[in-house]
Amino acid sequence: MNIPKIKYKQHPTTAEKFYNFFLNISGLTVFNLEFFKQLFSFPIEIEETKKHMYELGVKTFSIVSIMGFILGFVLALQSYPVLEKFGATDFLPATVALSVIRELAPILTALIFAGRVSSGIGAEISSMRVTEQIDAMEVSAVNPFKYLVVSRVVATTLILPLLTMYVIAIAMFGSFIAVILSENINFIYFQNAVISAISFSDLLPALAKTFVFGYIVGIVGSYKGYTATGGTVGVGRASTTAVVMSSLLILIFDMVMVKITVWLWP
Amino acid sequence: MSKHLIKINNLKKSFDKLTVLNGIALEVNRGENFIVFGQSGTGKSVLLKCIVGLLKPDAGEIFVNNKNILGFSNKEMMEYRKTLGFLFQGAALYDSMSVRENLNFPLKRNFNFSEEEREYKIVQSLKMVGLENAIDKMPSELSGGMKKRIGLARAIITEPEIMLYDEPTTGLDPITSKEISALILELQKKLDMTSIVVTHDLLCAQIIADRAIVLHKGDIIAEGTIDELTASNNKFLRNFFSNNIIKE
Repeated sequence: MNIPKIKYKQHPTTAEKFYNFFLNISGLTVFNLEFFKQLFSFPIEIEETKKHMYELGVKTFSIVSIMGFILGFVLALQSYPVLEKFGATDFLPATVALSVIRELAPILTALIFAGRVSSGIGAEISSMRVTEQIDAMEVSAVNPFKYLVVSRVVATTLILPLLTMYVIAIAMFGSFIAVILSENINFIYFQNAVISAISFSDLLPALAKTFVFGYIVGIVGSYKGYTATGGTVGVGRASTTAVVMSSLLILIFDMVMVKITVWLWP
Repeated sequence: MSKHLIKINNLKKSFDKLTVLNGIALEVNRGENFIVFGQSGTGKSVLLKCIVGLLKPDAGEIFVNNKNILGFSNKEMMEYRKTLGFLFQGAALYDSMSVRENLNFPLKRNFNFSEEEREYKIVQSLKMVGLENAIDKMPSELSGGMKKRIGLARAIITEPEIMLYDEPTTGLDPITSKEISALILELQKKLDMTSIVVTHDLLCAQIIADRAIVLHKGDIIAEGTIDELTASNNKFLRNFFSNNIIKE
């Protein structure tokens, strides 16, 4: 794997920043190709992947729970007065459900996941790089890319859709709590209103894009960590740039995938 | 069987415009302790990394057991690395694993030992370095000297044919440094390994060396036993060893 080496300067010129940007793009492309090359080769790191899925799930569970509840609660509170003006408060469960499922839950969960996990992966792998632990693994006849990168990327790709589904459920619960504070409504009614409002074409694209977001979080964090140089400064840089790059890519891919979704399911 | 286990011809390596190895050639005999001396930045560690395949030289040949490792496929390189042990300068213990897991890692992944056999080997390796009580400790709980010993235990657990040491005594106090050097010699005799030791610690070299070379500005400027090198009239060697000579 020939990843171009990026030389970071304390005060780079604009030209150097541009040059590094394109080196990053080319490096990330090579890194992605290597990932797919090694994904199906033996040995398959099932144990390591399971371990990371568990750790990443536990790490982000509490923060996405709080975020999901507040998201649903606030969205219901904000939407209620607007719908009330038009005498359309009956549509509140459907409005909240569609907003949460189609956009808010996938994107917010992904951004929080990026902040929590991408930086963690970047810091962990980069510190292994600068303390020669990755070299030690390679000398021990173990493929470090497979062991460290593939297992983590597969774990983030699989765990983010699960977390997003959980956030959707929690957000709907939050919105129900907000609704019963202002209206006398029972849970069954709320639930039926939500279920009748959503369809396959709402759920499938929303969940499909969370796989892509999960992949972005894993691959960017791993790329930044794996290519880190420059001691502890490099570890800090890998951690912060992993969050920035993965968040930015998540937003860009969200825009592209929403456009595709609208085109496929008008 | 050839007398030379490792034979290097015309090895060149540069980083951008900086030439680190300028076409060096050397031979390491089976079972000997071979020392590579030199100032910092003269390419000693680069030489070791070329031998284990972590760095690809710009030119030259590295023969190990009469096979040029630079022509190895990925699979052949993996098999070759199973015959190596490498002690890194900072020990490079895996932070997220306990001492037991660190030692278990190469065994579990590369060999078909049962769990009991692996546990036996782990305990034996730790006994060899005198740290069997540290088996459940994490690397962060170990001192510098202990880390080096555990790193050594991890490197020898697979009973390698070739053992490479990158500055094994750097950063250690003189007593621990002497202990580590004695341990390297003892293990080499016990396990009948061929060792290449990169160092600028003359005390360490005096304890373990059979033969040594001195690298300077990418070239080998001297070769011989420690006594021959320290007695040399070469200006650089006299300067290099002058503050360093220790008589037993």
